[in-house]
Amino acid sequence: MSTLSQNINSDVHEEHEHHEENWVTKYLFTTDHKMIGKQFLITGLVWALIGGALSLIFRLQLGFPDMNLDWLRPILGEWITDSGKIDPNFYLALVTMHGTIMVFFVLTAGLSGTFSNFLIPLQIGARDMASGFMNALSYWLFFISSVIMLSSLFIETGPAAGGWVVYPPLSALPQAVPGSQLGMTLWLIAMVFFIASTLIGGINYIATIINMRTKGLSFNKLPLTIWAFFLTAIIGLLSFPVLFAAALLLVFDRSFGTSFYLSEIYIGGEALPNVGGSAVLYQHLFWFLGHPEVYIVLLPALGITSEIIATNARKPIFGYKAMIGSMLGITVLSFVVWAHHMFVSGMNPFLGSIFMFLTLIIAVPSAIKVFNYLTTLWKGNLQFTTAMLFSIGLVSFFISGGLTGIFLGNAALDIQLHDTYFVVAHFHLVMGSASFFGMMAGIYHWFPKMYGRMMDEKLGYLHFWLTFVGVYLVFFPMHYIGIAGFPRRYYSFTNFDAFSSFTDLNTFISIAAILTMSAQFIFVFNFFYSMYRGRKAPLNPWKSTTLEWTTPRVPGHGNWPGKVPVVYRWPYDYSKPGAEDDFIPQTVPYSETKSSNLPHENELIELEEEINREDEKVTEPQN
Amino acid sequence: MFNLLVGAGVLLVLVILYLLFRIQSLIGIAKKSKNIESTSNNVNANLFILFLIVGFGAMFYYSYVNFDKYTLPVASEHGPRVDSLFWWTMGITGVAFILTHILLFIFPKMYKYDKNRRAFYYPVNNKLEFLWTVVPFVVLSILIFSGFRAWTDITAKAPDDAEVVEIMGYQFAWSVRYPGNDGKLGNYDFRIIDATNEFGIDFSDANSFDDFTTRKVVIPKGKPVLFKIRARDVLHSVFAPHFRLKMDAVPGMPTSFWFTPTKSTSDMRQETGNENFKYEIACTEICGRGHFSMKLEVEVLEPAQYEEWYASQKSFLDRNEDYLAKVPEKYRDLAMEVSGIKDREKGTSDNNVNSAL
Repeated sequence: MSTLSQNINSDVHEEHEHHEENWVTKYLFTTDHKMIGKQFLITGLVWALIGGALSLIFRLQLGFPDMNLDWLRPILGEWITDSGKIDPNFYLALVTMHGTIMVFFVLTAGLSGTFSNFLIPLQIGARDMASGFMNALSYWLFFISSVIMLSSLFIETGPAAGGWVVYPPLSALPQAVPGSQLGMTLWLIAMVFFIASTLIGGINYIATIINMRTKGLSFNKLPLTIWAFFLTAIIGLLSFPVLFAAALLLVFDRSFGTSFYLSEIYIGGEALPNVGGSAVLYQHLFWFLGHPEVYIVLLPALGITSEIIATNARKPIFGYKAMIGSMLGITVLSFVVWAHHMFVSGMNPFLGSIFMFLTLIIAVPSAIKVFNYLTTLWKGNLQFTTAMLFSIGLVSFFISGGLTGIFLGNAALDIQLHDTYFVVAHFHLVMGSASFFGMMAGIYHWFPKMYGRMMDEKLGYLHFWLTFVGVYLVFFPMHYIGIAGFPRRYYSFTNFDAFSSFTDLNTFISIAAILTMSAQFIFVFNFFYSMYRGRKAPLNPWKSTTLEWTTPRVPGHGNWPGKVPVVYRWPYDYSKPGAEDDFIPQTVPYSETKSSNLPHENELIELEEEINREDEKVTEPQN
Repeated sequence: MFNLLVGAGVLLVLVILYLLFRIQSLIGIAKKSKNIESTSNNVNANLFILFLIVGFGAMFYYSYVNFDKYTLPVASEHGPRVDSLFWWTMGITGVAFILTHILLFIFPKMYKYDKNRRAFYYPVNNKLEFLWTVVPFVVLSILIFSGFRAWTDITAKAPDDAEVVEIMGYQFAWSVRYPGNDGKLGNYDFRIIDATNEFGIDFSDANSFDDFTTRKVVIPKGKPVLFKIRARDVLHSVFAPHFRLKMDAVPGMPTSFWFTPTKSTSDMRQETGNENFKYEIACTEICGRGHFSMKLEVEVLEPAQYEEWYASQKSFLDRNEDYLAKVPEKYRDLAMEVSGIKDREKGTSDNNVNSAL
């Protein structure tokens, strides 16, 4: 078996490697952006499986409240009570860890970390990131954060259990819930490493995109993926430090007796000395990151799908400038809508009105994006690669989840819907599933560039359809449960007459969740199988225009064996009338495509020649 | 033994699946056809149409058949306004949802790959961009503006004659305090909380003498009610779904929510046909192990019944005479009188003396 795969692999290494690498420098402490991207990807996928598995355990509790879960005892030990039920404290820990893992470790690090690292240098024509060392550091800080967060799952008092938002005082007082003991400390330490990782990564992405674009690649010729990664990094850079501040103050409240968030508390039979703090302050600080975080998760996915939809519709993305404009709008506005998470937190209702209006404005750029996607599909020549299917799925989730945001952004409606399953349905569709589909689309689309081999299309189709249908079966019914008022993070609903219905629907959701999760193993198999035994990829399997497809099948250090190509045109010249093929790569000068040039493009030919002359001047002395 | 068999069976199925997959991919390689106009392209396009039809069918069917199950009857004055706003939003977003999805799932069928056709090179149209910037903006403005007006009215200052009820959340229950006949809640201090005085009522404040505590919330129908909400340990949130009411309970920062109940408990029993119907308050802010069990019953009475009930309640001091010691000397007489202790000791049951104050 191994010899066979060795034979298949042998001709992969055609390109000459400049220096010998051992296992440690190649796979572990590498500074190559492609390998670091893959490190983020694999770590992210492992986290996704863990986060998904945690959700299945609490779905068992919600869907089958009478089931005897003794069979989980080998894994969960004492967290299964003597009567075969999940301990309510552990239920909260599960919910908390599922949220934390999915939002930060999978959809921030796993999505943005993977594709920013992998694609930025390849698509802007750079040899590597601005700082390879910082890039490696970013991954290893994320890895340390992962280890700490994972270890908190195995301690006696359990991991953090205050919800992924970890609102104090619950998260600040060890006597309030067992998860607020060591588990919460580990959560905070892990998040500090995570924030450092994100910031170091983000600085690197921004520096690389600003400084290291190849000749001719101005900002108005950048693929939308790069625009998305660029803006994501900026959002991260501006918002994560605020989470850091929030976490730091929480550490002080927990360990050093300060009262930033604590005031007038009587718990466990004693009055605490803290006065003067404000629990709502934490919420402001948290959501100042928390809301931009939604876009940190979503923008890369939107960038990826813009690229994939244009490629597979064989059509330029409609409204390239409007797409950039709407992303810029989202970037700016994402910082001024945070308090719509806090309409009923007790803050001044007048503030609620302000944030309601600001929230309305952010819906407009999102609507523009959806209509632009639809117009891109219109009169296209659509080929349904797996990546394309996942991209269409993303657009669907983005619509369904985005529209329910209009309910929740309306303070008057939020009174009833806040913290019910309606919210759960909303953000799992628009942020969770949409971003997850963006990630999947990206993996299927760029797998050939990552591993030089193709993933199996048929398995991809099966994976897509099971997941797409499954996600809707899981999250669509939650709208009904939410409208009926069911609060989230409830261990059981039997205590209330008002919430005693819908056991059937909850069972249905749990079954759908189990099936959807099982379907992910098709992907896992496809991913690892294709890595070694997939069909060898052609150089440009999707007939795409962007720079990464001009590299060798498996690019080595420096990405291009010779000179870095020069860019002459925007990345979306698909199906241009008069062109020979239905795509013109960015590296083809206008002087070679006179038959398809638009009038203003003919004028650019002169400029091109100037660029070329300059290019030769610069590179000649080096050769 | 049984587990072993199941394990072996699963393994066998996986091996067969793998072999099928291997054969399929080898045949694919042997054929070597890389034709985009493949059957798969057709199948995928058709599946989107199928998904569209079945999905919408299921959604409409379920929404129609189970309407009464997922909509809660409404029992407050602002409730119908919120509900109508909800359904207007549902209507508008519903139209957008359906139209965009029809386009999204029909385009794959209409424009699936054809090697004899070129896609339409259509990179930009500023008029269209303008159109779908302005239309959503206008529609959203209308929705948000009606939301803003509703929100401003709902969160406006409570009328002065509102019935005051204090609700305090703690792990894992609620406690309820009424201001008594003077209509004023006495001060509290979290440092003097103990097992009996769970509110930390400060008995050096004369307003506290006639305060009484109850196990459930009792309020009059048709009169404005002001919930004064607080928490004493972690965050909680008061959620009364039938009144369309929700407000967080925050330690150290009292909050409030006022509303007017429009249906008494017995009205609701008739309306829902459920003899055991009870209004409930649930906690909607994660607060620890018992979060899911923090229930508080609410009873809405006809105004006359309410007055009767209110008058029959014994003050906290009356029930816990020990706390009289905490009242400053100079007020003790007043406290004895206001709290109703004096009346009881005199052997009369006439509480109305208090109303003189």
